[in-house]
Amino acid sequence: MAKYVGQRIKRTEDPRLIQGLGHYVDDIKLPDTLHVAFLRSMYAHAKIKSIDTSEAAHAPGVVAVYTGKDVAGKIGPVPCAAALPGLKIPHYPVLAGDHVTFVGHPIAAVVAIDKYAARDAIDLIMVDYEELPVVVDVEEAAKGGPLVYEEYGDNIAYKLTSGEGDIEAALAASDHVIKQRIVHQRLIPIAMEPRGVLARYYPGEKELTIWTSTQIPHLARTQLAIMLGVPENKVRVIAPEVGGGFGSKLNVYAEEGLVGWIAMQLGKPVKWIEGRRENFQSTIHGRGQIGYIEVGCKNDGTITGLRYNVFADMGAYLQLLTPAIPTLTGLMLSGCYKIPAIQMNVTAVFTNKMSTDAYRGAGRPEATQVIERAADLVAAELGMDPVEVRRKNFPEPTEFPFKTATGLFYDSGNYQGALDKALGMADYTKMREDQKKAREQGRIFGIGVSTYVEICAIGPSAATPAGGWESATVRIEPTGKVTILTGASPHGQGQETSFAQLAGDELGVDLNDVTVIHGDTSIVQYGIGTFGSRGTAVGGTAVFNALQKLKEKATQLAAHLLGVDASSVTFKEGRFSVEAAMAAAGGNGDSAKEASAPKTVSIQEVALAAHVAHQIPPGFEPGLSATNFFEPSNFTFPFGTHIVQVEIDRETGKIDIQRYVAVDDCGNVLNPMLVDGQVHGGIVQSIGQALYEEAVYDEQGQLVTGTLMDYAIPKAAMVPWMELDRTETPSPVNPMGVKGVGEAGTIGATPAIVGAIVDALSPFGVRHLDMPIKPEVVWRIISASA
Amino acid sequence: MKKPITVTVNGVAHHDEVEPRLLLVHYIRDVLGLTGTHVGCETSICGACTVILEGQAAKSCTMFAVQADGESVTTIEGMAASGDLHPVQEGFWEQHGLQCGYCTPGMIMAAAQILDRNPDPTDAEIRHGLEGNLCRCTGYQHIVEAVQNAARKMKGQEATGD
Repeated sequence: MAKYVGQRIKRTEDPRLIQGLGHYVDDIKLPDTLHVAFLRSMYAHAKIKSIDTSEAAHAPGVVAVYTGKDVAGKIGPVPCAAALPGLKIPHYPVLAGDHVTFVGHPIAAVVAIDKYAARDAIDLIMVDYEELPVVVDVEEAAKGGPLVYEEYGDNIAYKLTSGEGDIEAALAASDHVIKQRIVHQRLIPIAMEPRGVLARYYPGEKELTIWTSTQIPHLARTQLAIMLGVPENKVRVIAPEVGGGFGSKLNVYAEEGLVGWIAMQLGKPVKWIEGRRENFQSTIHGRGQIGYIEVGCKNDGTITGLRYNVFADMGAYLQLLTPAIPTLTGLMLSGCYKIPAIQMNVTAVFTNKMSTDAYRGAGRPEATQVIERAADLVAAELGMDPVEVRRKNFPEPTEFPFKTATGLFYDSGNYQGALDKALGMADYTKMREDQKKAREQGRIFGIGVSTYVEICAIGPSAATPAGGWESATVRIEPTGKVTILTGASPHGQGQETSFAQLAGDELGVDLNDVTVIHGDTSIVQYGIGTFGSRGTAVGGTAVFNALQKLKEKATQLAAHLLGVDASSVTFKEGRFSVEAAMAAAGGNGDSAKEASAPKTVSIQEVALAAHVAHQIPPGFEPGLSATNFFEPSNFTFPFGTHIVQVEIDRETGKIDIQRYVAVDDCGNVLNPMLVDGQVHGGIVQSIGQALYEEAVYDEQGQLVTGTLMDYAIPKAAMVPWMELDRTETPSPVNPMGVKGVGEAGTIGATPAIVGAIVDALSPFGVRHLDMPIKPEVVWRIISASA
Repeated sequence: MKKPITVTVNGVAHHDEVEPRLLLVHYIRDVLGLTGTHVGCETSICGACTVILEGQAAKSCTMFAVQADGESVTTIEGMAASGDLHPVQEGFWEQHGLQCGYCTPGMIMAAAQILDRNPDPTDAEIRHGLEGNLCRCTGYQHIVEAVQNAARKMKGQEATGD
């Protein structure tokens, strides 16, 4: 067993974080820093007739005030990287011109000597608005409704049909076709650290440094260089400690470009820290689909076809990946089942709301909810156990790579194995017996099962807008300390530890002698970043490959130092040694040299020799480092089974999750403790979606759930104890056999929770409920039958 | 008009003149430079700004610095002042009670108060005690285990972990 990989190693990043010694953006203090506050639109849709900033400009402490007119033509638009046929991309200025299209749209920026002065001056800006009709509902927007952009003539951002197989014939030949409308409500990511930007410009060096709370420092650098017209090699983006992302920081925002530009105008450091209310209004939202399922099945439970017609809410603008998210839904509609015909028809619409984009799971939770609800609907229609419907449609473990009717090849899987393990942990048979007894006693008791598969390790470059590879450099410094530079940009996932574990084992060095550096574009070679459960499967693989290259190079020098052929050298626990037989037999023939040569040399000694370079073989490049850019050949497809038991209080409709059992398979595991943490967090965000969270806009486009008092993210007492286990089916896509786990919980959990509540309420005739399933919804169903 | 205040933070008395509207958390972060105390919502809901004020956990984002005049504050930076980690800090480290780390200082301060009031809490009591502190990463399970780990240590029993 390896010393580090596979072990529950405590995180190396924690000592600074548990002592309050980490540095998030707002913790970085530069002398003479100016502070920015934004005036944002209070209307969802309006013409701006005039803006008067004169009073604000003369307020105490104010240094400058900027509006859309000041920056027009000087800062490029907020970028959208997605490309789809017929896609309409509205021009998205960093400060609104004469047209605002959502509440929170930035209109003016005040720069002042401190944040209090900046916020005071915001209130002195006079804006004359002319309100315009507002469209909030996606189906109304699709039909026509008030137009977000008059010039387009409709609210359709794009339409797309995807999938394979003859869906009409498949549904026509089915014994049953079940239809269901399904809502995937809009969610708000709520990273605990809001966004923040600090920018500094050195006019002599012409170097712009932007510290920003982001998941994608290199991609942000490229986009910010384009927005600002600054050479990319003069822009340095630093993602310092990042306090959570969940996809919301997988983006390039207006404020990042604008704060950088202001720093260049004023020649002083400039900082903007997002308030929580701004975070609600102006950081991307997630989900936001209303769809119609048609699922066909045979009498024995075989699923024959699935159609999903969906209206996808883009919001008012397209952020970096906004239009791409529904396409991920289309890819994963087959779930872990053999379905010969699948079709998705997307109508993506503009509304007067904040943009949607990638929120943990990004399109795949919607797909999983669709196919898992469909499986439950089939079970209900046929009177089958939901477990049996699932088992009936699984591919066998021998059928991998498994081709879906959505055009994917699933890399590896054993869906029966995870299901059986979860059924055993839950004691499913007894659970059903308990349910029977409970119902006899008049209790409302339900069991839900989700067997999910997700698409991770995003991804092959051909399938991504800006490259799907990842990079790593590993070097051993002259003193023997190991430095890893990763293009991944972890922000809580713990890869400073798990990548150090890899180096510790591969190089035979102490974990504490390894430092992992990420997030600084001037230090780290170009990289893609952390999202789509790719950090370990793609970024970690790059580290692993670089370690192999490094070892090869070190072996060359070690052999030279030992006076033998590289083929005669073995490497174990940090030491290169001449094989005993080779040494005894006189090595490669130069016996005098071999007799005086040491029999063993440590990797640290090799590193020093590589740098001093007094004794290197001909053609050997001094130094000891290796770089790998890893391009994956496919996505990976983690999977698992979640089982939930709920009991509902008849008087109040309160839902009590009594048991939560999860078996997840993310391939081989580097650090089980970190995997458990990822699964826990994902499941609890799913519980939030299933039971509590919903971004609600009123008819005027005001975000009603605009504070943490109104938008309920789970608290400690609102979530159950989770019983976790794993199966490990290695991925063939990378040499470590890892798959990724960051999004498993948010993808696999909601259908199990919803399924359990629907099951509990099935005696009341319920076959489906949309999220969030609040006690009021449940209470009304129970009360209506009383 | 600025007001003179004296606040003892982590055992050190600080004398400053501050605007009456300066929030305590901004005093701690911006005037004293102790940036371990975080701002997450500015509405006293998320708890990232939790400090111990005169022995009680307090949300420093919804208090004015002048309200702490003459009082004593402990921040996360004061928890390991002796050089050794506080048992609650050790518990969070050993049980993976943090991921991004942003809520962690507030969580640790709140958890320390829970154990101060109840050295032998049940899981449910820990969860109830942490209702004023939001975490979006961990799902709270490892946090509950972290607090139990600390409770065992503080009772002088050997922590076993899992």
